[in-house]
Amino acid sequence: MSSENKVKVYGAPSLRSFIPILHCPGCHYGAIIRILCENIEELGVGDRTVLLGGVGCSYTWPMLFVLDGAACPHGRAPAMATALKRVHPDTILITCQGDGDLGAIGLGCFMNALSRGEKLTTIFLNNAGYGMTGGQMAPTTLLGQVTTTTPRGRDPEIAGYPIHVAELAAVMKGTAYSARVTVHTPANYQKAKKAVKLALQKQIEGIGYGFVEFLSACPASWRMTPSECLEFIDEKMLAEYPLGEFKNVDRID
Amino acid sequence: MDEKIFITGNEAIARGAIAAGCKYFFGYPITPQSDIGEYLSAELPKIGGAFIQSESESASIYMLYGGAMSGERVMTSTSGCGFALMAEGISYISAAEVPCVVVDVMRMGPGIGTGGQQGQTDYRYATSGAGHGGSRCIVLAPASSQECFDMVQLAFYLTDIYGVLVIVLTDFIIGRMAEPVGIRTIDFGPVPEKDWALVGKGKKEGRTDRHFGGASYPPRSVGMSVPAYHEHQRQKYQNIMDTEVRYETYQAEDAELLLVSYGSSARVCRGAVELGRAEGLRLGLFRAITVWPFPREELREAVLRAGKVLVVEDSIGEFVDDVEFAVLGQVPVHLLGVWGRHQAGGSGIIHPERVLEEVRGLL
Repeated sequence: MSSENKVKVYGAPSLRSFIPILHCPGCHYGAIIRILCENIEELGVGDRTVLLGGVGCSYTWPMLFVLDGAACPHGRAPAMATALKRVHPDTILITCQGDGDLGAIGLGCFMNALSRGEKLTTIFLNNAGYGMTGGQMAPTTLLGQVTTTTPRGRDPEIAGYPIHVAELAAVMKGTAYSARVTVHTPANYQKAKKAVKLALQKQIEGIGYGFVEFLSACPASWRMTPSECLEFIDEKMLAEYPLGEFKNVDRID
Repeated sequence: MDEKIFITGNEAIARGAIAAGCKYFFGYPITPQSDIGEYLSAELPKIGGAFIQSESESASIYMLYGGAMSGERVMTSTSGCGFALMAEGISYISAAEVPCVVVDVMRMGPGIGTGGQQGQTDYRYATSGAGHGGSRCIVLAPASSQECFDMVQLAFYLTDIYGVLVIVLTDFIIGRMAEPVGIRTIDFGPVPEKDWALVGKGKKEGRTDRHFGGASYPPRSVGMSVPAYHEHQRQKYQNIMDTEVRYETYQAEDAELLLVSYGSSARVCRGAVELGRAEGLRLGLFRAITVWPFPREELREAVLRAGKVLVVEDSIGEFVDDVEFAVLGQVPVHLLGVWGRHQAGGSGIIHPERVLEEVRGLL
């Protein structure tokens, strides 16, 4: 059969660059990258989108998209996106940040961008730990979870409690959309894709800040197989971090 | 003839930035430079630009970094402690080679210092690169409102030419003192096109650009090996050292003793030269205008001609290190520092008469 007769039914999105996904086997970031590519394509804004990565595993993300982009210093993507958006208001700014990047070093930067009512979209990658530096505790690490810096499990007397960023973002006036999603089952993948689309639409329509938190597997730092990671998300992470929309408004008065 | 107005150095910085085509400013309030942001918050919206009050100087420098990637001319200003908070961002900006301007209106340090009064205590930090990882910044040291107005325009030109962050280093006295300023837009010549700006690929015929702020990824040297990247940086800094040194001398030709200074202290020294000359003392002044690159060769020649040298600066000795390095131990370098102030409180300053007293002890 010649190639002319073949019909493409599935393949890489056109916004995926030729550079291979640089994450570990079993990591969910590849699926999240696909969701981003598909939504940007479907919304027709690829020509005016600028995608910013953070420090950690999302540092390489700007290489993986056929989009203008930059990798930002640790936690600072919302400040950089703020300036890029204010200078060129017609661009669509997406920040992709891990839980150390946004939840720890950059929490103030993120909250102040919400407080200013910036028209940005943030993809927050919650894998309950620091991936790139080798599995230390993050603000999102579960109570009792063993990491390289909580060797006897996270004890709230010593290391406090898991941070709920999607709920935190939802209480801010400037937030138009906030949701928590996963890609650990096909049905959840579809819901996650819709959430990212809504978070982008809030920016495109100039309504306000769009935020989506992904619960995401980290087999390397969790010391689990990819399938054990799915069980961990299902049994442990969902118990701490409920899925759903925490805010979805079409107007901010 | 230029329009002349009577304004402070801080206002001259703000007006000079607008004259240079800067429409975007990001800043956090800190004494003694808050009036730069105040002025621009009123003026930039009128010309289609934007002022953003950041939540910290850390945020200011990252807004500046993002703004620089937009391809437009962008600026922040700060002082002392706030300047220190910008260190990481200054290094990233230096690595990415995106053009922008930082103004540091120095206040007395260390720490909270005197709460925002006069001092020249950020010199060593600013001139040694102001960030981690071996980055460098061009540092301009204006000594009048007119120079503030002109040099902020020069700063935007130099940062566009070299892709090196330019620091305009003033202080409380220069920032808060009002003087007549001729309003003029200076044309320094063409600058490279910013075809790497993050405006969305739709405006660039589908071409994408990505900035990583690290070795081998700056926009002007994509894909370099690590040694090649560092050689590129070295050559760039060497080129700046070879071509951008600026300084000024006053009555230095026949001087027996050369006063060496910068910024507001150089104004004091100029007064001392005039007082001394009136008494028949052969005093001269050498003022560094670029403090990085430092006018090493030029200063050494002037010092060797005079034979005696007194450095005046409002600190315990920072600028003096660069003078020592330039003179290479060939003549003794004397210093009049913060102990030369006329009073013990935070508003003390070094007067020309005190400089002259020090000079008499050396002649």
